[in-house]
Amino acid sequence: MGKALLKRAGLLIGTLLLVSVLAFVAFSVIPGDPTGSVLGMEATDEQIAAFRARMGLDLPVWQRYWNWLTAFVTGDFGQSFKFDMPVSELVFTRAQATLVLAAAAFILIVVISLPLGLIAARRQGGIVDRVVTVLTQVTMSVPNFIMGIGLMYLFALVLKWFRPEYVPLKDGLGAHLRYMLLPALAVALPKSAMTVKLLRGSILGELGQDYIRTAYSKGSSRGSVLRRHVLRNAMIPVVTFLAMAIGDIMAGSIVIEQVFSIPGLGRILISSIGTRDYPVVQAIVVLLAGVVVLCNFLADLLYRVMDPRIDGR
Amino acid sequence: MMLRVQDLSVVFRDRAGEEPFTAVDRFCLTMDRGEVVGVVGESGSGKSMTAHALMGLIQRPRAEVTGSAVFEGTDLLALSPEEMRRYQGRDLSIVFQEPMTSLNPTMRIGKQVEESLRIHEKLSRAERRDRALDAMALAGLPEPESVYRQYPHQLSGGMRQRVMIASALVLRPRLLIADEPTTALDVTIQAQILETLKDINRKEGTAILFISHDLGVVKALCRRVVVMKQGKIVESGAVDDVFYHPQEEYTKLLIASRPARKKLKGGRQDG
Repeated sequence: MGKALLKRAGLLIGTLLLVSVLAFVAFSVIPGDPTGSVLGMEATDEQIAAFRARMGLDLPVWQRYWNWLTAFVTGDFGQSFKFDMPVSELVFTRAQATLVLAAAAFILIVVISLPLGLIAARRQGGIVDRVVTVLTQVTMSVPNFIMGIGLMYLFALVLKWFRPEYVPLKDGLGAHLRYMLLPALAVALPKSAMTVKLLRGSILGELGQDYIRTAYSKGSSRGSVLRRHVLRNAMIPVVTFLAMAIGDIMAGSIVIEQVFSIPGLGRILISSIGTRDYPVVQAIVVLLAGVVVLCNFLADLLYRVMDPRIDGR
Repeated sequence: MMLRVQDLSVVFRDRAGEEPFTAVDRFCLTMDRGEVVGVVGESGSGKSMTAHALMGLIQRPRAEVTGSAVFEGTDLLALSPEEMRRYQGRDLSIVFQEPMTSLNPTMRIGKQVEESLRIHEKLSRAERRDRALDAMALAGLPEPESVYRQYPHQLSGGMRQRVMIASALVLRPRLLIADEPTTALDVTIQAQILETLKDINRKEGTAILFISHDLGVVKALCRRVVVMKQGKIVESGAVDDVFYHPQEEYTKLLIASRPARKKLKGGRQDG
């Protein structure tokens, strides 16, 4: 395990480096410059040159990257051009809404898909199974921002159960979470659909195994066979899938923030791309990549813990 | 008499309009306490299906099980699945052919051996453990204490089959159905497992219904044998009679299809 872990850690760092290089290169390739949005249209050439020198924009790309990287590893994410504050401060204040949204979406996925997957598998071919199969097909094929707009339309405009006005955390946790419920649902539904499908298939696959027959031959009831034997084995691929889905959930949250006007990472990411505020974009992209890579690493670890057949525990 | 099976039939009706398939056709058998009886036949002859029907392991809507199997005064085939559960693993238990896949890969051996105890009796964890270790020793597992903590993939095929035997015996059932328990194992392991089953029969008085495609193996273990072909009993009687004086062409073919024995003791086969 130690060796596999080390290899994984190496892969983790390599991936992050690659992502940061790509983000950096992308910004030196696309046209546009932060000076316009920061100094305004009437800035003189001297002002622009002074700003570029102050921000290190006059250096060649590789040198700028090196400066950024050496600062980044010490925890200094740089200074935002646009907001004139440290990127770390900006990112961490904005990350709160995104994290709450992603966490709520993850919890919803688990809460929605585990019981549905179980029921669908248990009553295979029954009404619940058929309804769930159709629903999963539908929700899987709808992108989450369309889902968000649909939910918004239904709950805010038609039913009027939801006021589309962001409630920040400082106005109370309950109200904050209540606002987050709908966007979280928009992120969660397509992923829940996949999870239900995966869990159902996994349970049915395990139910056909020989060891299930052994359990029945000892006098186990159907419920006890499901609980004691099927669930653990069927959960192995599902847990792996869920851990890897966390990255997708983060990405989905960033998109959904636009629909529900939540001031999270997504908002600032997109506005920073517009104003070419590359230290902010760079930091967010690398942090998100870090979350994704870390989740994959976690999935791998969980897989090893849950399945004793994987060697070298 | 401990078990009296009469006209046991298993019929599969897969889809409406399709010809029903009779897997077992009016199977009859009697067994006394502590007796070892063999059932032989080629694959597809219905012998495993018979075993599964007796164990209550055939799902009802898919297949129709008719006839009677009176075990200690109770007709097992007339019981509801819930009632049958009280017998499964306690009064009668089964060892399957596939030791590699018949154990749960993510559950420790000890828990699997104890499972029948957990289902049928209220015991403390320590009591369960003691009885499991006891059954594991009876099934001939070396170092039961360390095997108790292991996972199936850490054991060889022969060891796994001993684990299956231990979990079948943990409540000391009166009838053990062994459905081709040695077929998947190599010859030396096969002989050791047969020896273990013999010991269990002698020490515990457990009756064994031993199912095999190999008449030679049956001969080593049983005194009485039933020969099956395409779901029907074609011949039955004392093993020696059937083995040395087969009445049916099919039985002769079964005997002749044992190449190893034929080479060693060729002369005796024709008799």
